[in-house]
Amino acid sequence: MGLEEKLPSGFILSTVEAAAGWARKNSVWPATFGLACCAIELMATGGPHYDLARFGMERASASPRQADLMIVAGRVSQKMAPVLRQIYDQMAEPKWVISMGVCASSGGMFNNYAIVQGVDHIVPVDIYLPGCPPRPEMLIDAIVKLHDKIQNMKFGAHRAEQIDELELQALRTLPLIDQGASK
Amino acid sequence: MGLTDWLNPVKGFGVTFHTMFKKPVTTNYPEEKRPTAPRFHGRHQLNRWPDGLEKCIGCELCAWACPADAIFVEGADNTDEERFSPGERYGRTYQINYLRCILCGLCIEACPTRALTMTNEYELADSSRESLIYTKEMLLAPLTQGMEQPPHAMRLGETEEDYYRLGRTNG
Repeated sequence: MGLEEKLPSGFILSTVEAAAGWARKNSVWPATFGLACCAIELMATGGPHYDLARFGMERASASPRQADLMIVAGRVSQKMAPVLRQIYDQMAEPKWVISMGVCASSGGMFNNYAIVQGVDHIVPVDIYLPGCPPRPEMLIDAIVKLHDKIQNMKFGAHRAEQIDELELQALRTLPLIDQGASK
Repeated sequence: MGLTDWLNPVKGFGVTFHTMFKKPVTTNYPEEKRPTAPRFHGRHQLNRWPDGLEKCIGCELCAWACPADAIFVEGADNTDEERFSPGERYGRTYQINYLRCILCGLCIEACPTRALTMTNEYELADSSRESLIYTKEMLLAPLTQGMEQPPHAMRLGETEEDYYRLGRTNG
């Protein structure tokens, strides 16, 4: 990314992390990817009643290069999947993805060959949002949860440490059957 | 063409100016939560009888009714030593995958004992697929006054029929 990535770890980096996290979370520009009925709720969230502008998100970007957050709203068909991936690749780092609604999250009730069974097959998803479609409050709740993630995002050396730690954690996770998934 | 036509664009600004004195309609959602409609379809709940026994009998009708195959139920037999619900069987495993569930409420219609109902809770977003598969412990209603954690014996009657007829005088 930028200069902030090159800083040595320690007191200065933690302060920069906190400041940059605060700045980032207060101006998340969404690249809306409205694909179906969830997009209607997404538009309602942008309207005066719920007012996404309160979170610095009123600029729903039609150009991926100026966007930070991709809100995948609706079922992703196999034909749309490469398009979605291209939009995601065009977005500049740092970028986040909210999978809005059950269809985007797991295919939902469309368990068939035409629909991608979860957008996380194509792009990494930060927040999964259930609901069919989720009401605007649910979307705002997901955004607030994402803000928490953005605020606590690490930089540079801290980031590398965090990635290693998460990787180790993932490797140590027991398969569902050993976690007592039958309960 | 009238003489005052040049005023029309200014009239538009009049509307804008007027709204400055109106109360905003915005709900400040995370701080100020407005109640949903009373019968809003939110997260599910597995109910209990007044003595704490579970209402779910493990019949899997909810799983069969589900159009999205979001519910997984596995029933097991009650024994006299280990009794979770009145009657013969109880739901040993109960999972709802909220990444499949479309909150349509067909499972609630299908439930013969009103064991499964919906709450008005809607803040469900989470960061992994696994955490959105709700298990039985997460779905069961909390124990309230007079309830005891199962397994325990039937307190409110001799047979399950007494439970099903609770509070009814005829039929």
